[in-house]
Amino acid sequence: MPIKFPFSRRREVTPDAWTKCPSCESQIFNRQLERNLRVCPTCGHHFRMGIGERIELLLDENSFVERDAGLESGDPLGFHDQKPYVDRLEASRIKTGLREAAVWGIGTIDGQRVAIGLFDFRFMGGSMGSVVGEKLARCFEAALTERIPAVVVSASGGARMQEGTLSLLQLAKTTAPLTRLDAAGVPFISVLTDPTTGGVLASFASLGDVILAEPKALIGFAGARVASGTVGEQLPEGFQSAESLLEHGFVDDIVPRAELRTTLSRLVRLLPVAPAEEGGQPGEGRGWGPIGVLSGIAERLGTAVSETVGIEVEPGSRDGSGPTPRNGGEHS
Amino acid sequence: MTEIVLTGAPPTPEAIEAAWRRVQLARHPQRPRTLDLVPLIFDDFEELHGDRLFRDDPAIVGGPALLEGRAVMVIGHQKGKDTESNILRNFGSPYPEGFRKAQRLMRLADKLGVPLITFLDTAGAFPGPAAEERGQAEAIAASIKLMTGLQVPIVVVIIGEGGSGGALAIGVGDEVLALENATYSVISPEGCAAILWRSPEAAPTAAAAMRMTAADQLELGIVDVVIDEPGEGAQTDHPATARAVKRAILASLGRITRLETEALLTTRYARLRGIGLYREAEIAPGGPSQDASLRRRIGRLLRVPGVPRRPRWSEIWPSGEDGDNSEEGA
Repeated sequence: MPIKFPFSRRREVTPDAWTKCPSCESQIFNRQLERNLRVCPTCGHHFRMGIGERIELLLDENSFVERDAGLESGDPLGFHDQKPYVDRLEASRIKTGLREAAVWGIGTIDGQRVAIGLFDFRFMGGSMGSVVGEKLARCFEAALTERIPAVVVSASGGARMQEGTLSLLQLAKTTAPLTRLDAAGVPFISVLTDPTTGGVLASFASLGDVILAEPKALIGFAGARVASGTVGEQLPEGFQSAESLLEHGFVDDIVPRAELRTTLSRLVRLLPVAPAEEGGQPGEGRGWGPIGVLSGIAERLGTAVSETVGIEVEPGSRDGSGPTPRNGGEHS
Repeated sequence: MTEIVLTGAPPTPEAIEAAWRRVQLARHPQRPRTLDLVPLIFDDFEELHGDRLFRDDPAIVGGPALLEGRAVMVIGHQKGKDTESNILRNFGSPYPEGFRKAQRLMRLADKLGVPLITFLDTAGAFPGPAAEERGQAEAIAASIKLMTGLQVPIVVVIIGEGGSGGALAIGVGDEVLALENATYSVISPEGCAAILWRSPEAAPTAAAAMRMTAADQLELGIVDVVIDEPGEGAQTDHPATARAVKRAILASLGRITRLETEALLTTRYARLRGIGLYREAEIAPGGPSQDASLRRRIGRLLRVPGVPRRPRWSEIWPSGEDGDNSEEGA
C-alpha cells in the first residue's frame, strides 16, 4: 500500500474496484489493470488510456514539460445544441482534469528529446477544435525549430462540430507545418490509438513518416454509424481496425502497448533528424563523412559526448535546462 | 479575425429557416455544377482522367484550361443532374482515387507553374468500406498537405456544398470565394443533427447552429469573397453565374499572382495558422515540474514527513471510465 500524504491528489480507490473486460468479459481488479498498462491480462484487450498514464508509459520519468497549458477554447459560433458548447467544455474539464482534449510538451524517450502531443478521448470525444489544432501546430513548429522528432498519440472522433468550419480548417492548420518538417528533414511519428477517426485521421495522423497503431484500435475515416447510414449496407466485421489498416498498407506496424516505448525509442534512433543546413537547400550535404556521423551521435548522446569528441552540437537541439540525457539506457 | 458576438442561445426560428433555405439552394438539382461552369468560364479545357493507381473517379473532374488566354489547372467535384448521372458521379462524393487524381493534377500545375483553380461541390467524401480500404483518410490528408506546399497560386471557389474533409481536400487556397447560396460545413447538417440532437429532423437547426452559409463563412474569416448570384439563385441563370464567378476568379488571381513564390507560401501558411479562436491564459505548466522548490526537492529526497511527494502524471490526468461512446467529432 502506498503511503497517502495529506496533500497528494491521489485518487481514492473507488468502491467499484473491478472492471469488466468488454472483449473477453473477465473481471479485472482495477489496480491490476493499471499495473498491466490498462491491457486485459486475459485477452490483451487495450483499454483507453489517459494522457497522464500515456506520458508515464512513453517518456522518461519527470522529463515531460507541458507547453502552452493556458490555451482555452472560445465559442466562435455561440454554439448551442441541446446544451451550450461552453457547458459541454466545462463538463469535460471537470470530468478529465484537462483544459482541452489534447496536451503537448517536450519530453525525452531514453534521453532523446521529442515534441509530443497526446489526446484524451474522454474530453468531448478527443475532438479537434481551435485549441487542439493550435497545440498540435505549435508542437510541430517546436519540432521544426528545435530540430527534434515530433510524436503524436491520437485518440479522437475527429473535428469538433461545435466550432464549425473553424474546426474543419484545423485539418489544414495542423498539416501545413508537416510540409515544413519534410523540407527541414525532421521526422514525425504518428501513433494511432483507439479510436482515431474523422478529421484527425484525415489530416496529420495519416501523415506520419512512420505510423504505428495499438492492437484492435478502431481507426477509420467515417464513424461506423455514419458509414452504415450513408451506404446502407452491412459493414464487414473489423473493416476499420488497426489490423485491417496494416493489411491494406496504411500503418507501418501494430505495436502492443507494452512494447510501444521501446519501439518509439528505436524509431527515434533509426530516423535521425537531418543535419541542419546553414542557408543551403534542405537535403544538401547530408554526407556520410565522419563529421556527419559524429555530430549525429553527439546530438543524440548530448553535450557530454559532444565535448569529448569536440563537436559543436546544433544550438537549440538541446536546451541546457533540460534533463541530463541518459546514454541510450537499457534499450541501446 | 472578425470579433464575433456570442449569443450562446439556440438558433431562432427565423435563423433556422434562412439557413435551411440556403442549404436547399446549395443542393438544388438545377444548380450549375463544375462541368456546367467550366465551358462558360474558360476558353479551352481538356479533361484528364485517372489517378494512375487504381481507376478514374467521376466524382472529381479536372484538367488544364485557358482563362483569358492564360494557362491554368482546374479541379472540381462533379455531381450529376439526374439519377443516372448521379449514380455515375456517386452523387459527387469522391473515393480516395478521386483525391489522388486531384493530387496528380496539382503536381502537374506545380511542375508547369500554372495557377490552380478548384470548384467545391460535394456533400462529403464517400464513407463506404471500399473507400476505407483504399485509404480515404490518407487520400484527404495527403491532398491537404500537398496544397499547403504548392508553389503556384490557388483560388478556391465553393459553388455548392462545401462538405467537410471531402471539400477541404481540394479546398486549401490563397483565396477562398463562395457563391452566395453555397455552404461550407464541418459535417452535413443531417450528420450533426443525428449526433448532437439525436434526431435527423433537427438538420435545419444544426445548419443554423453551424453557421454554414457563405455570409457566415465570410464573417468567420474562412471565405474571402462572396459572389452574388443572379435572380432567385444560380440555378435560374447559369451563364450569368459563370460570368460572376469568372470576374471573381480574375480579380482574385490579380491579387495573389502579384506575390513572389516565397511570399505566396508564407502568406498561405500564415492564413492557415491564423484560423481558430482561443484564449491564452497565463498559467504555470501543470504537473510534476511546477513543484520544484529546493526545500521540497530535498524534503522529497530525504522522505521528510509532511513534504508532499511529487504527484505522478497519472494522478493529474488519470485514465478513467470510457463513459459514453458518443461520437463528438466529424
